[in-house]
Amino acid sequence: MSTARSRVGPLVAPLEGSAPLDVDALLADRSTDIVVCCGSGGVGKTTTSAALALRAAEQGRKVVVLTIDPARRLAQSMGIEKLDNVPRPVPGVRAAGGSLDAMMLDMKRTFDDVVESQASPEKAAQILSNPFYIALSSSFAGTQEYMAMEKLGQLHADAEATGHWDLIVVDTPPSRSALDFLDAPERLAGFLDGRFIRLLLFPAKGPARLMTAGLSLVTNTLSKVLGAQLLRDVQSFVAALDTLFGGFRQRAQKTYELLQAGGTSFLVVAAPEPDALREAAYFVERLSEERMPLAGLVVNRAHREPQGRLSVERALVAAERLEGGTDDDPEQTGSGGLTAALLRLHADQGRIVARETRLRERFAAAHPDVPTAVVPALSTDVHDLDGLRRVGHLLAASSQ
Amino acid sequence: MTSPSAVEANWPGVRLHVVTGKGGTGKSTVAAALALGLASRGQDVLLCEVEARQGIAQLFDVPPLPYEERRIVQGPQGSGDVYALAIDLESALLEYLAMYYRLGRAGKALDKFGVIDFATTIAPGVRDVLLTGKVYEAVNRNRRHKGAREYGAVVLDAPPTGRISQFLNVNNELAGLAKVGPIRHQADAVMGLLRSALSRVHLVTVLEDMPVQETIDGIAELRGLQLPIGGVVTNLTHPVELDGEERDLVLGRGLDADVLRADLQTAGVRPTQPLVAGLLEEAREHAERRQLEDEQHKRISDLDVPTYELPRLAGGVDVGGLYELAADLRRQGMA
Repeated sequence: MSTARSRVGPLVAPLEGSAPLDVDALLADRSTDIVVCCGSGGVGKTTTSAALALRAAEQGRKVVVLTIDPARRLAQSMGIEKLDNVPRPVPGVRAAGGSLDAMMLDMKRTFDDVVESQASPEKAAQILSNPFYIALSSSFAGTQEYMAMEKLGQLHADAEATGHWDLIVVDTPPSRSALDFLDAPERLAGFLDGRFIRLLLFPAKGPARLMTAGLSLVTNTLSKVLGAQLLRDVQSFVAALDTLFGGFRQRAQKTYELLQAGGTSFLVVAAPEPDALREAAYFVERLSEERMPLAGLVVNRAHREPQGRLSVERALVAAERLEGGTDDDPEQTGSGGLTAALLRLHADQGRIVARETRLRERFAAAHPDVPTAVVPALSTDVHDLDGLRRVGHLLAASSQ
Repeated sequence: MTSPSAVEANWPGVRLHVVTGKGGTGKSTVAAALALGLASRGQDVLLCEVEARQGIAQLFDVPPLPYEERRIVQGPQGSGDVYALAIDLESALLEYLAMYYRLGRAGKALDKFGVIDFATTIAPGVRDVLLTGKVYEAVNRNRRHKGAREYGAVVLDAPPTGRISQFLNVNNELAGLAKVGPIRHQADAVMGLLRSALSRVHLVTVLEDMPVQETIDGIAELRGLQLPIGGVVTNLTHPVELDGEERDLVLGRGLDADVLRADLQTAGVRPTQPLVAGLLEEAREHAERRQLEDEQHKRISDLDVPTYELPRLAGGVDVGGLYELAADLRRQGMA
């Protein structure tokens, strides 16, 4: 959305920074039944959602986690590398009374399921084979967002009906803009209610006849641009889908309300980089505007505060002393060089931490009511349950 | 200002540089640096973005860009200028219609009837044809177009790796949809350009498992579509403080804390217990991370495409940083 928006937030910064986010309290709260992790791409959303889900399961919750696009090895270790659009138990969970199921979203299949559940078999077959439907369901940039929300709605209904799960953790698609998925239900509804669609369906009836002149101009232009064939496909698709419109709209609306409900908690995931925090700020503001329950901010990949009281400047001076050697012995060898390297690493880390802290403080100044967890970067990749446990531990430890 | 050493440019005949990369790898930064580097060779360059994020304006610290080619950097004598264009769908559609159909009133009517919404929502292929179509037009300009600016090169800050094949493969997106008609014709023309020797797709990555995997998958996919691959840019690399032997030592039997204490003393630093333990821990983490990066580095070199590297700038990327990165790309021959 490129429209100018006003800022949402306080007018002056509070005296102290934001409160710590207590992840364990959030997961232990039985009234929390949905956790949505959102944020821009490349900040570790998938890992965060998986780690939260595992931690909750091992603390006794019955959890299902919906992931969008996990790294291959992580997917394998969770037993979800196959796309079958159904949650599967994750092997190796040390669940004390809890359980963990996981699934990876198959957007085309989810869309097909919706069509099949809403339309008669003949009509469904007609829609599923329409070239327009095929393009829309497999490659439309917003479909993933719609379908993630649709699947969330389904899982929630399942959970309520069967009692199989008491917590759903959702990872959101890496959107062009972080806002896409919030807009998805409304955009779908808006599109399906669009005047153009209505006109395609009911040309020249009733008062709309007044607009017929304008409409034929439009359809003529469209068929010139797109080709008459395409327009016919769209028309037959829209006609076939007509009976489903109400259903779609209702489902979209229900999901939206589900997101606003008390049991839902949003976690905004970011990295301590200007771009990611800018996106996070948008998200936080947007969520409060829409009265969506925001639980807090997770800042992943933070550098660890260097240990010991040695400032950046003094570390660099010490490194220089060790490296330069003395005039009598310019070829300083042995461990001196290595120690100098360690000191430079220390200084480097100190500098990065200072920058990251400044960025976070700025964020906290503009959004003081957002509890924050800071998760240090791991020096190795996370691709098994042990790795996820470590991330979960770090997430929770951040509030201590 | 001294000019970077005279390295031969790797992509002399290329007019369209498409830059993609996983989210968070810095593809927009690389695209901007590439545009600067190419302009420094004495040609005007157009830098385009298509995701309505105003990323170019943020990078160059200028007000949001309209749908209009704006000069954002004027180079010194002997080098070219960089122009920028933020392509948005609605304007591209209206311009397209105006160009081919002289729509006056109808253009407005389209907007009123929600047709533009319709196109954005339901016709993904059409959207990408329009966005790439505008880029196509900029690349194909020549003296016959009166008053239009000619560019030596166009750099496209494209959608991320996960969507790039779909975005560029406009032909296929339309297959089964528009079988005839002008938009189909346009798709064919765009595809012709993208597959020609005039175009290259560059991929930006960082040295982590997932971005590298996406890069490898992306290259395979693009090759399958006969889209010519350019280079792989490894972005945000860290300085190397420990060599291989030192890292083996750190990860193997570990460093000698007593020697470290003595060295610190020599350097005039009091070797407190937390400091010594901290330094050793930092060394171990650094070594682990570099080890992992080396593995990823190897996977990239195994790809058999030209590779380039850009460092992580300690203070983050600002306009000055962009110039540094541009100089790096030029030194390595990418620009």
